[in-house]
Parts: sequence; structure tokens; C-alpha cells
Amino acid sequence: MPTYILKRFLQLIPVFLGATLLVYFLVFSLPGDPIVALFGDKPVNVAVAAKLREQYHLDQPFWIQYLLYLKSIFTFDLGQDFSGRPIATVLGEVFPVTARLAIMALIFEGVFGIVFGLIAGLRKGKFFDATVLIASLVVIAIPIFVLGFLLQFTIGVQLGWAKPTVSSAATVQDLILPAIVLGLGSFAYVLRLTRTSVIENMNADYVRTATAKGLSRFQVVRVHILRNSLIPVITFLGADLGALMGGAIVTEGIFNVPGVGNRLYRAVLSGEGPTVVSIVTVLVLIYCLSNLLVDLLYGWLDPRIRYDS
Amino acid sequence: MSASVEIQEAEDAIERPLLEIKDLAIGFTTSNGEVNAVRNAHLTIMPGETVAIVGESGSGKSTTALAAIGLLPGNGRVAAGQILFDGEDISNASEKRMIELRGNSIGMVPQDPMSNLNPVWKIGDQVRETLKANGLPSGPDDVAKVLSQAGLPDAASRAKQYPHEFSGGMRQRALIAIGLSCQPRLLIADEPTSALDVTVQRQILDHLDKMTTELGTAVLLITHDLGLAAERADQVVVMYRGQVVESGPSLELLQNPQHPYTQRLVASAPSLASRRIQAAKELGVETDDLLAPAETGVAVPSKADEILQIRDLKKVFKLRSGLGKSTDFTAVDNVSFSVKRGTTTAIVGESGSGKSTVAQMVLNLLSPTSGKIIFDGVDTSTLNSKELFAFRRRVQPIFQDPYGSLDPMYNIFRTIEEPLRTHKIGDKASREKKVRELLDQVALPQSTMQRYPNELSGGQRQRVAIARALALDPEVIICDEAVSALDVLVQAQVLNLLAELQSRLGLTYLFITHDLAVVRQIADHVCVMQKGKLVETGSTDEVFDSPQQEYTLALLNAIPGAGLMLPPEVEVA
Repeated sequence: MPTYILKRFLQLIPVFLGATLLVYFLVFSLPGDPIVALFGDKPVNVAVAAKLREQYHLDQPFWIQYLLYLKSIFTFDLGQDFSGRPIATVLGEVFPVTARLAIMALIFEGVFGIVFGLIAGLRKGKFFDATVLIASLVVIAIPIFVLGFLLQFTIGVQLGWAKPTVSSAATVQDLILPAIVLGLGSFAYVLRLTRTSVIENMNADYVRTATAKGLSRFQVVRVHILRNSLIPVITFLGADLGALMGGAIVTEGIFNVPGVGNRLYRAVLSGEGPTVVSIVTVLVLIYCLSNLLVDLLYGWLDPRIRYDS
Repeated sequence: MSASVEIQEAEDAIERPLLEIKDLAIGFTTSNGEVNAVRNAHLTIMPGETVAIVGESGSGKSTTALAAIGLLPGNGRVAAGQILFDGEDISNASEKRMIELRGNSIGMVPQDPMSNLNPVWKIGDQVRETLKANGLPSGPDDVAKVLSQAGLPDAASRAKQYPHEFSGGMRQRALIAIGLSCQPRLLIADEPTSALDVTVQRQILDHLDKMTTELGTAVLLITHDLGLAAERADQVVVMYRGQVVESGPSLELLQNPQHPYTQRLVASAPSLASRRIQAAKELGVETDDLLAPAETGVAVPSKADEILQIRDLKKVFKLRSGLGKSTDFTAVDNVSFSVKRGTTTAIVGESGSGKSTVAQMVLNLLSPTSGKIIFDGVDTSTLNSKELFAFRRRVQPIFQDPYGSLDPMYNIFRTIEEPLRTHKIGDKASREKKVRELLDQVALPQSTMQRYPNELSGGQRQRVAIARALALDPEVIICDEAVSALDVLVQAQVLNLLAELQSRLGLTYLFITHDLAVVRQIADHVCVMQKGKLVETGSTDEVFDSPQQEYTLALLNAIPGAGLMLPPEVEVA
């Protein structure tokens, strides 16, 4: 097992280099001059512009810029964003907010998705099952920004059950509604995955054997149906953590959450190469690590899967 | 409850049957309405007695047994009749009552050891929960005791392993341990050994016999094998299409079957008493041999030449073990034999003996590590791609699983026509004519052409597979467990068909099987394989009448019903 984990960590190196290079190149290729854009409507001061270009290495060719950026990463000095604040500080501000949001969304979709999916699967073809299936289909079919605005308006504005926007502190309470919106799509997916998996396992021979042992229905469901059904679901949830972090842009936009998505969006618009690349790189690393976590979880849940042998 | 009442009850129990099924009807709700799977079934099991239900798949034997433990699938229900367990009608008992009965009053040993243990829990956990659910002590020692009683060596440490770390035989022992762990009064054993090798099968059944005799457990044994039923059970109940057609004491029923279906079953039961299926083969070959040289006056290759020669064949697989390391596993070790044109050679052995690996190498699907396969004078490893294509035309396979080896998206016409199309033989019209001929040869109606594999029974599918193998007029057919998945009656039909085709077309068969009873019916020569080595070869009669190796003898003795004497007249019935 340790060799396997080490191997996976070594695999992160080419992923990291590839991701940074690709993102850096894309930002470099963006049309327009970011320095000129900084001046907005005001006339461009040529001397200041040249100074700024030098400070952000924008006068250098692409390869030099990229290598300078890599150097700054390995000396733990990510440089500054266009407002002069260290990028490391910016990352330290936005990532905890988005991580909180993503984990809340994950808990919401995991708990409700598994519970509803289990009940629907056990009552296949009954009223509850049919209702939940149709509802989940509706949720999957409606784009997240429509759902987001809809919930923000009804629950946040009209009913006043939750705050329609998020304060700069982004507390857990503030994030309840955004987390539900963020997790809704995956919730429907988790529900359906659990349901299918439960239905499949209900008809497994070992479940019949378990019943023949004299186990109660509850024991059969808990020990033999639920655990086996959770294997694909937990795999999905683990991979989804990375996707939620990266995919929070729309939700953060709707609820004005001061998180990764918002900051990334602004950085892309203003062409701040190092900021964009830093944020995306951290996202890529989180994605890779959550995938590693999934693979380890998978081996733990299903004893038939063993790495290193 | 006072002591006298208990004694009274105990006396009643001796008189009273433990399980009595009366006029049982079981229906399944399907999209086409209610289908009756079982009608008017009746059987009686006295305490401590073993009763076997025999029948082919779909006869309702398993459904009847599952009804007795309240485990009918969701769409099935008892439509009429009674299931009396110790005098209590449990045919429509509440789920609560059934949970009380299951485990400690009625135990079950299921059919397939591969799918009946939960893969994510340790064996010990799966035994422990059984003991716990029935209120018995369930410490590690109790679990180990239960497992070791079922004949599992080193039970305490084995209990900490997962099912995938067990062999099929060991898993079945674990399932028997679970079924008997709470010492039930009735054990339902649903084909408990049909997924296992014959030698393992015998060990497991012997052990099951011993345990149930010691515990005084009554057994309801479900099997498709009449020989096995007769050998193990006191009473046999024969089911056919959902109905009990005959029942009675085992030997009596076997020696004097009344119902036509039972007579057919007895007649086609493969056992040691049966002989090589006699077609006109020998006659045909010999007249050819006598006439051919005289007529032509030139030397023609003898019909009895060796079409296939296997010399020192060896196959080594590399098994991965740890990082970059690998160990060698010799699947086939210096095997040599030859096959004469127009005859049948059988390779027998248990799973893991390397017999299928030999078949794959002969088919040139796998290349040997060393050694030679000489087909009609040519070393098959030297064939270039064009010659290989021609070789494939002359050597065709028939595989075990008639469900898996036919493409479900192809209709039967397309399935049989495909090899003709691949080898660019004839035009559309002539190919269609050929397919019609082939269907005739395997005794399938022409209307089969437009049907799809899922609309056919297992036997029909295997006929389609045979027709497909015959499409290119091959000289050699490799049958890899070609009849193992079929019911006895269907198996007998397919074997007859193969024998008939052999005599008509002069085919050579290489027959891979684990079933010695089948070998007796079809083969001229036998090669016995064990752990990759050829341990014995000889003509079928030699091997069966005077086996030279202990292993061969063990295989022969393991055939269920081998020792039972059948009166000769039932063979013609």
C-alpha cells in the first residue's frame, strides 16, 4: 500500500507541470493587453505601463514567463495580483470559503441522495420511487443557474428563510442555500446511482442467503444491501468533491460568495496570468488528491480490490 | 411450558411429517399476466429423512423449495395449497414468523458458492451474524467451531479471510457451515454441488451426509442429476413442468420408472453403465478404407491417419506478484498425444488442470511456450496469416456457454452465415441455402433463421453453435465443455447429434470436459490431465475398465450414481 500511494504522488508531478503549462499558455494567448486594460478609460501612462510590464514579466517571451512562474512557486513566493496583494494571501482567503461550500454541498447530496435512493430502491415501482425519480429528473434537466436564481428568489427573498446573499465572512449559516444549489445536480445523480445499485443488490444471491439465515429485514438491508450499494456511490462522491470546488463558479456568482470561483472569474477577465494559474493549479491538485482518496476508499470498501498485488 | 407437554410434543413429532407440501400452486406475476410455475405439488419429508426433487431447469423444483422457506422472488406467491412445517401451515405465514423459523428451524445451502457469499464481508462475519440472529453464542471460537465442523481446515484463521480468497469448494463448505450452524431440523440444499468439480462434489456431499446424519437433520435436496439424487436420498420426487410426475423410494423409482418422463430421465442419465453412442461410424470408415485403395489404385492417405499431433506442449504463464516480480505458473506441462482422423479424443480433468489451455493452443488462440502442434502434417506455429486463415476454416470451436458465445444482436441466420461471409464463400443465395442445410443437419426448424438467441433454449442455442461450427465444413471440431451447461436430456440429444454428424461427415472431435460420464458416451480415446500434466491416456474402454492411475480412479468413483445398478431394459425406454 505505501508504495502505491508513493507512486500516485509521483504521478502528480507530470500532472502539475502539464496543468500549469497549459493554463499559463491559455492565459498568455488571451486577446488584449492586461496592462492597458488596467488603466480603464484613463489615458495610458507609458512609463508606468512599462514599469508594470517589467514587474509582472509581461515583457518577456512565453517560456521565460512560465519558467519564472515555476521558480516563484518553488521559492514559495507566488508574486502579487494586480491590486498588489500577495497571491498566496488571496489563495488563503478564497479557498477556505469554497472548501466550506463544497463540503456542505457534499454532505447535503451524500446524506439526502443515499437516504432517498435507498428508500426508492427498496420500494421500487411504488409511489415514493416514482415521485423521487421524476423530481430528480426535473432537477437534472434544469440548468443550475435557473435553479439558483429560482431558489434565491423564493426561499431567500420571498419567504425569507435564508439570506439571499452571502456576507464577506461566508459563515456556515450563510452558505446553506448556496450549498443546496451547488449540490442539487449531484444529489439527483447520487439518488439515482444509489437506487440502481440497491435494486441490483437486492436481487443478489447473497442477499437471499442472508435472509435464509434468519436475519431481520433491517439487518439484511443495513449489512448486505447498503454497504455493497455504497461502493459506487462513495466513489462518485469522492470524485465529486474536486468537481464541486471547481464547479462552484456559477453558484458563487449567483449568491456573491467570496470564494475561488468569483476570484478566478475576475482574474480571467483582467488577464492576471499568475493568479489564474495559481488558482487553477491548486484546483487541479485538489482534483488529483480527491481521486487518490477515492481509489483508497474503494480498496477499503471492497476487499477484492487490492493495490500492490 | 411444562415438561409433560414437551414430551407429548416430541412424541407427536415422531409420528408427524416434518414438512408436508399439499396441492401447492405457485404463480408468478409477469407482464403477460400470472404464470403458474408450480401446480399440484405434493411431497412429504419425515424427520431426519433425505428427499430429493429431481427435474430439469424450469421444472419448478427450486421454486417449490424456496416457497418452503418463504423466499419466493417478489413477483411470486403461493396461489393455493399448504406447506405444513411440523404441522404449522407456513404457506402464507407472516414475515416475522418466517424470520423466526429461518436459520434455526429451516436452513438453506444455496446453489452457487461464487455468488452466495457477500464479497465485502469476512467469512467469519457471515457465520457470526447467522449465530447472532438466531440467539446462539457467536464468539470467535463458536464461529471457528462451526466452520471446522463443515470440514474447513484451519478454521480460526480462515474465518478472517474474504470469500474471494476461498476456492469454490471451500466457499461451499462455508455455506454449508452457515446453513447448519443453528442446527435446523430441515435443510434445503439447492443444487449444493453442481458448480463444483466431481471429486470436490463427492467430498462435500459425503460431508453433508455425515453432518446431517449426526444432527438428525432432514434434507430437501434439489438436483438435476438423477444419479446423485438416487445415491443420496431416501425418497425421490420427479418434477416436470411445474408438476410432480412421480415420487417414491429412490432405488425403486430408478429401477422401475412409471412415468414416461422419468423413463426418459433414467435412460439418458449419463453413468458408467452407458456406452459409446453407436452411430454407423466404424462401418463407414472401414468400408472406405477397404474400397478406396482398390478403386483408385494409388496410395491415398488413410482415413485413420493422425490429423492432429501434440508434441511436448508446454505453456507457462507469468503471474504478477508484487512490484515488477513475477512467478511462473506452468499451466500445461509437456503434454503429448495425437488424434486420429474421424475419431473423438476427450481431455478430462478438473478445473485448473490445463485442459482448456490445451484447447486454446490447438485452436491457435494462444501460442505455446514450447512444443509443437502438428495439424495435418504442418506445424501450426509456422503458419503465416493467410495460412492461418485457411487453418481456421478447417478447425472450428464449440464453446461451453451457449448464452455467451452467440451475439445477442445477430439473428440466427446472420450468426450461422457469418463464417461463410468472412471466408467469402458463395454468393448470397448459396449462403442462404447452406444455412438452411445446416439448420436441417442440427435438427432445427428453418423458421429459427429469423429468431434471436434470447428466444431460444439452451439446447437450441448449442445447436446453433454447432451449425455455425459446421458452416465451413471443418475437419476438426474442438468442443470445450460443449454440453456441460445443458440439462441431462438436452445433453443426451446434443451428444447424439454430435455422434451422428461425426459418422455422416467424418469429423474429428477434440472434446474438453470435466464430466467422465459424457466421455464414456462420446469418446474413443481419453487423455486424463491433472495439474497441467497428462497422467493417463488410452482408449475409453481401457481407461474406464482398468484405470492405471489413482487420480483417474478417483475421478471415476466421483461420478454420482456410479455404483447403482440399473436393469438393462430401461436403457431402451
